[in-house]
Order: sequence, then C-alpha cells, then structure tokens
Amino acid sequence: MAVAHERHDYDVLVIGAGGAGLRAAIAAAEQGARTALVCKSLLGKAHTVMAEGGVAAALGNVAPEDRWQVHFQDTMFGGKYLNNWRMAELHAKEAPDRVRELEQWGGVFDRTPDRKMSQRAFGGHTYRRLVHIGDRTGLELIRTLQDKAVHQGIDVFMECTATRLLKDGDRVSGAFAYWRATGEFVVFGARAILMATGGGGKCWRITSNSWECTADGHALGYDAGAELVDMEFVQFHPTGMVWPSGVVGLLVTEAVRGEGGILRNADEERFMERYDRKRMELSTRDVVSRAIYTEVQEGRGTPHGGVFLDVTHLPAATVKKKLPSMYEQFMELAGVDITKEPMEVGPTCHYFMGGMRVDAETGATTVPGLYGAGECTGGMNGANRLGGNSLSDLLVFGKRAGEGAAAHAASAPAPSVDDEQVASAAEEMTRLLSGPGSEDPYALHAELQDTMQTKVGIYRDREGLVSALESLQWLEERASRLRAPSGGKAYNPGWHTCRDVRNMLKVSEVVTRAALLREESRGAHSRLDFPQYDDDWGRHNVVVHRDGDGMVVERRPVAMRDDLLSLVDDRRAAEAR
Amino acid sequence: MSVRSFRIWRGDADGGRHASYRLQVRPGMVVLDAVLEIQRSTAPDLAVRWNCKAAKCGSCAAEVNGKPRLMCKTPVDALPSDGPVTVEPMRTFPIIRDLVTDVSWNYEVNKRIPPFTPKPDAEWSIGQEDVDRMAEFRKCIECFLCQDVCHVLRDHEMKSQYFGPRFMVRMASLEMHPLDTLDRRELLAGDGGIGLCNITKCCGDVCPEHIKITDNAIIPLKERVVDRFYDPVPIAARSFRKRLPLRFR
Repeated sequence: MAVAHERHDYDVLVIGAGGAGLRAAIAAAEQGARTALVCKSLLGKAHTVMAEGGVAAALGNVAPEDRWQVHFQDTMFGGKYLNNWRMAELHAKEAPDRVRELEQWGGVFDRTPDRKMSQRAFGGHTYRRLVHIGDRTGLELIRTLQDKAVHQGIDVFMECTATRLLKDGDRVSGAFAYWRATGEFVVFGARAILMATGGGGKCWRITSNSWECTADGHALGYDAGAELVDMEFVQFHPTGMVWPSGVVGLLVTEAVRGEGGILRNADEERFMERYDRKRMELSTRDVVSRAIYTEVQEGRGTPHGGVFLDVTHLPAATVKKKLPSMYEQFMELAGVDITKEPMEVGPTCHYFMGGMRVDAETGATTVPGLYGAGECTGGMNGANRLGGNSLSDLLVFGKRAGEGAAAHAASAPAPSVDDEQVASAAEEMTRLLSGPGSEDPYALHAELQDTMQTKVGIYRDREGLVSALESLQWLEERASRLRAPSGGKAYNPGWHTCRDVRNMLKVSEVVTRAALLREESRGAHSRLDFPQYDDDWGRHNVVVHRDGDGMVVERRPVAMRDDLLSLVDDRRAAEAR
Repeated sequence: MSVRSFRIWRGDADGGRHASYRLQVRPGMVVLDAVLEIQRSTAPDLAVRWNCKAAKCGSCAAEVNGKPRLMCKTPVDALPSDGPVTVEPMRTFPIIRDLVTDVSWNYEVNKRIPPFTPKPDAEWSIGQEDVDRMAEFRKCIECFLCQDVCHVLRDHEMKSQYFGPRFMVRMASLEMHPLDTLDRRELLAGDGGIGLCNITKCCGDVCPEHIKITDNAIIPLKERVVDRFYDPVPIAARSFRKRLPLRFR
C-alpha cells in the first residue's frame, strides 16, 4: 500500500545536529556532496550545548611540554587501554588543528597573557589542556559550527525525527522520518548516511542528559546491522546536583575541580586522599564517581545524599569569572551562593563510551554506506572517557566521517528505496498513534529508568544484571502494545515518546548483556562480584550485533598497533610505579 | 508540598483557550517540571518544547504570568501563591500547538547575516579584553525571548523590517571581533532595520543570560551606523531620527 510522504534525495544524509553532526555536515558539503542535516530538535539545541569545561587539545599554549603523545597516553590510561588505539592516536594528533580551525570560523575562547587560547586543568590530563570559554564551551562550539554550516548550502530539517534506516540489500539507502509539527512522513534517499545522534542517558532516572538523548543512533544502527562496541561502559559523571528534587542529576562541570574545587564528605574529610592520592579531585571520572558513591553508601554523605564540592576558598571574583553558569545555576535553582557555601553533588549518568564500531580513518560502520561520529560511536574512549575528550572527539571524527561519507557517496549508486520497507516503517508509526495497544509510553519510560538506575548503575553484579534483563524483557513485551495516549498527529509528545522508548529499551538490553559478559571491573564498569582487573579481559572488547531477531554478544581482541606499543608500555610502567 | 493551580493555554493556529490543572508541587520545582508532570498525568497530549532543562539550550521559552521566561529557570515557589500560574506560548511567533511556536523566522534571519570573515593571513593573536567584550554576546542561547518581547516585532509586527534584538547581538559579536574584516553597517541600517529600535530596553530585561542587549549591543551598533552614514555625528543623530516613523522617535 502506498503511504503518503514527501521524498528527498541526497548524497549524504546526516542524522543528528550536535557537534559531531554539524562538523560532519560541513565536511561533507566541503567535499561537494549534496548534504542534508536532520535533527529531532531545533538547530543549535543539541546536547552539545551542555558541555561546559572545554575541548582537549595538546596545543601546549599553557604547558609547552605538552604534545600529542602525552594526550594519547592520557586517553589510553583513562580508557584502561581498551580504546581503539588508532582512534586515540588520530584524536590526539588532530585535535589541535580542529580547535584552531574553530577559532578561524569565529569561535571565541579565553586567552593567555600572550594572547593565545588559554587551557585549563581537567581530570586525567597530565597538562593543562582544555581550551575553554568560561564554563560554556559547548555552546560556543555548537554556535560556531551552526553559523558556519548555515552558509554551506546544507539543507536542514529541524524537528524531524528519523525512526528507521532503509536498506537496499546489504547497504543503507535511506531513512524514514516524521515531522514533529505536523506528524507527516518523510522519506530520505541517500547514497551515504551518517549517524551523529549522541548518547542515551535518558535510559537512567538520574542523568545529566537532555530530552533527546534516547540512544536513537545506537538503536537504528543496531537494527540496520551495525556492530556496537564497549556498550557496558556508561560514564557516571561524579558531580551532578542532588537537590532540589527538580534538578537532580543536572551537571556540575568538572571545571569546578579544574579550577581548584575540593570534595569533602559530611565529616569534613577530603576523602579523595583514600582513593587516588596522586590525582585527588582530578582523578578520572570513574574513580571519583565510585569514591562519592562509596562515601554516601558508608554513611558519610550530606543530608541530601551527596558530598560537598567547595570553592569558597577561591576569590569570589574568580568563581564568577571562571564558572559563571555554575554560580548562576546554584543561585537560581538551589538558592545557594557557591562563593559562600559548598555545593552538594553526586554521580549522574552522563556519557556512553560505547557505540557503533567504526573505522578510525573514515567513520565507516560495518554496514556499507552507514557512517557514524561522536557519542553514538565507540572505540575512541575505551572503558572511560576523560573530560574534554568528547568535544575534541566530535570535531576530529565528525570531520573524518563527513569526508568518509562524501567519498563513499561519490562512487555509490543512486539510492534505491524499497516501498515495502517504507510501508512497514509508516505502519509502525501509525500503529503507535492509533493502533489497538494500551501501554502508556510515559509509564514505560519511568519503569525503564528505575530498572537501569537500580540494577545497571555504577556498581553491578550478576544477580542484578540478570534481574534487569528479566525486567527489560517484560518491558519489551509490553512495548509491543505501546500507543500514544492521545491521537492527534501535530506535535504529539506521547507519540514521540513511544518511539523513543523502543530505542531506549533495545539499547538498555545491549548495555545490560554486555555488562553481564564482562566479568571483571574496569573503568566505568564495576562488578561487585568481579572487583578486580582481569588481564585477559583487558585485551578484549565486547561487541554486540543483531542476528535475525537474536542479539549476539561476543568478545573481540582490542585493535592494537605496534608503532604505539612503546608509548602504551611506558605509561603502564609509570602507573605501576 | 502544596497544591497549586495552573492555567495553560491549549490550542493551535485556529484558536484556543486556557485549561486549568491542579498539581502537588515539590520544593524547588520549576514551571517546566509542573508542565511535564501535568503532561505525564492528566494531559498527555500537552505540547511543549524543551531539551536540557538546565537553562542552557533556550528551548522552553514561554510567557509565565504574562512575562517572557524560560520555564526551566522559573521556580514555582517564586510566583505569587494567591492565584494560578498562567503559562502561555510566546505571542510574537505563529502557534504550532499549545506552548509550541514556530520560530523558524529567526533561522531565516540568521542566514542573511554575512558570517565571520577574517583576513586570509590573520595572525591569531587576541587579547582577553576582546574576548570579554564578545563573550557577553556569545552567551546568547537563542531562546528568542528578546524577539518575543520586542514591541517592533510583537506589537507592530514588523518582522520584514527589523531583524530583532537577538540578531543585533549576533551582529555586535561579529562587528566587535578584532579579526573580522566585513562591514555590516549597511545591512544594519537597511534590511537589519536597527533604526526601528527606540531603546526601550525590554529585550535586556527578559534575557535569561543577562546580556545588556540595548546598552552593549544595539546602542554601540547604532553609533557605528551613524558614524558611517551621517557624519558629523550631531546632525546625523537628528536626521536619523527624522527618517523614522513618529512613534519610533
């Protein structure tokens, strides 16, 4: 049956308009590809705006001894050596050029006295390395890319949500989408598709993530046959707000600690001394999150169930200048003047290290024609991401993937879109709007969040993970009967949530199965029943992919490189001392 | 915990009305929390646009008790408790549904502003004082509350003649960049319509980022335009005002 829809054909279709999607679209357009950018929110609202602290690049403006090799080593140590070595290498080498380029496009960053871009300290970085402007670096990045992109001849489809990838045999050939404002359907034909949809923090109840972080790219890519890697590694940022109730989980930037903020428990003890005496507050995020969690569990938490983060010893003027949005956030949302009183903070679900497995050079996934960049891809960050490495990741690999997709499109045949797949995708959306189901998407989402929060959190064990899988299967079974609570097509939030919930359920299952397989503790994955590192696991990633309707979860050797071995060995030896 | 009343505008381009809801509010709850809780419980089709709920993306702009505000940054406790909390869509833009408006006009305006254009061989040496000056403008989160409150756009519906405060801020950030080479004054005076602003400063009053839009962006830009087109300055200022319709002088 023919379905009413509009049809657009492009060389490169970029799905997602955060930093990675914008950078990729600019790169694809510069290669001469006819490029479209599809995003489920308004342009410039993506979760990238929430990034606060900075973008990591070994420019050496503040610490002249910094160089790419040290940034590479820091990234590998932070990722507990599970990273894709080539990605970590390219990232460390190319981040400085990507940041300079941003400045040449009009980006404005804080300066050193000798008029260069300033750089601040951050957890796990050996040197002061994060280029920043105050504590709103993500906004600067997205606005600079947005203002560049709108003059590149890129067609932008705002508030347009992709619900399925369409395939022609083995390769992707298009996407099915719907306009939020009208509920009308859109079909894109594309020679190459680039996913840049970000993460899936909304699977958890306490999260720093935006409304739109529902793991869409992970789910659509998985369904289209892409392999997902490192999905067991979900970063809990150590410092989210814990109070008042309306703002639980809201991010408190690591820049607070980078500028000298001190963590204390309710007994006034600077507890990081017991967890990482060398790096203290600027230890890696996995370590600080576990430390805070442990302090609270053992009864040394604050009245609101967090720990204190204190900058009152810094001059008030410095706090207001270097951390202006933190000052404002606490003043307006909690009534706390952070120049006079400590903040109360606790861990919050923040970032997916895992995602589609991609080729380091081009961003190609294992599905012909399908590319990826940013948080919906895996490999770059291994078992734990360093702060500041996500903004540099999306610039470096956004550009590479955009160019990779454009190169593929240049030699790919014109897209062929299968009417049956279109009809099936339309039928799914129609059924969610007016089918026989009765399951409420808001209720299902809340139950999913509780499951992931309580059973697949910072600490995991076999019992909890198996129980989580049972809950997820029960939720998936109910999700087959999802229906929007009201039937209008125009800007229907319940309808939209139905589709989001399906993506989140699928990806939550992937995370849980991967977490069950990895029987050790490493980086952001901490097993109470396997609390130690395991050397064999230290040489393997977990890869998840679809086989028919079944989910395959398997071990794969980490892709190492001989030419980088001495750098890694040097770092391992230094850390062992 | 206390029970509060909310009057929320429901409707579409063909018209609408206020609907009343009652809700238990928790300490620290912001208006967006209340709207989303009403959506989850009693009005599942209530349309609202939001993203970060952290006052960083500017998606949830609306009019709360008649004042343009970000819903995520407005604590319910801070609003008078002797009456209902009224939540309405921004009035300056066409309605899509309920609290959601069509703000696409702003994106069209942005495309008409020539982008940052440095000298090809520029040496990237910039002082912190330049950054501090531009940083105020770069704080803009594009919530479009300033566009909503601007009476040139809101009451006189002169979108075809004035870009509005948001884009004066954008032009100011470009014009004040020490390495930019373009001159946008002709655009400002012409299609940009800067002369239509009669500096009532309402835009800065509603800015959630506290940008002094009129004092720091619009007035300096007006001075630059006057310098270029109407020198010497005193004559220029007078003749410039004469060119405006009476109500804008």
